[in-house]
Amino acid sequence: MTSETARLRLKTWICTAIVVFSNAFGDFFLKRGLPESVHLSSPLDYIGALFQPWVALGVALLIIWQLSRMALLSWADLSYVLPVTSVGYVLVALIGKVLLHESITGRRWAGIVLIMAGVALVSGSAPSTTHREAQPAGGSR
Amino acid sequence: MKWVLVAVMVGATTAGEVLQAAGMRRHGEIRDFRPGAISRALALLARNRFVIASVVAMAISFFAFMKLLSMTDLSFAVPVSAVTYVMETVLAKYLLKERVNALRWAGAALVICGVTLVSL
Repeated sequence: MTSETARLRLKTWICTAIVVFSNAFGDFFLKRGLPESVHLSSPLDYIGALFQPWVALGVALLIIWQLSRMALLSWADLSYVLPVTSVGYVLVALIGKVLLHESITGRRWAGIVLIMAGVALVSGSAPSTTHREAQPAGGSR
Repeated sequence: MKWVLVAVMVGATTAGEVLQAAGMRRHGEIRDFRPGAISRALALLARNRFVIASVVAMAISFFAFMKLLSMTDLSFAVPVSAVTYVMETVLAKYLLKERVNALRWAGAALVICGVTLVSL
């Protein structure tokens, strides 16, 4: 493995971890702040909902999610990012079990195993199959 | 109403994510993670047409998702995103010209089955 491959792999793994955690916890806090009793009928209701503390925390995490995902897509293929970041579904199931004491059924465990197998298959391959220019910004000043 | 929201969400998510990938590819690899370099990259991206269009599509998808969450369980709202995997992987091959090899198709197929099982 060349140092360039190793550098890209490490960067990809770190960025993927940020994408996965910010997405899972963002969705979790959003759901926590939006019980089914909340009525969203006018545009103002949506704006108002954004200022509920849990919703605001969820939105902040989802902003981090989008920015880290954009960074990841700047060097990795969409067809690589999609399956690899789907490990987030596993994290959501585990958050439900640990924080909300939901039970994980046999069918859910089977789904988790399939997702992990898919992630393992794709994550071992090279993140990019397309040629792209590197931004000259890196350490040039 | 529920299914209209699902259709809006799936369509907007697919469009948004493919546009985001196209925009970021045009931008090129982000290598410098110091705050100054990040702000310069964000300033550049704010003028990237693909990125602007992707933000609009994702905002539509986000509000449709919020509305859906207020009506249904997370376990209904999340599995429908498995549909976007199929559409996005196909678009990645034909629009973004990525080489989607057998390994990636197999991985995507496993993930789609898994997401469906986890969320049902």
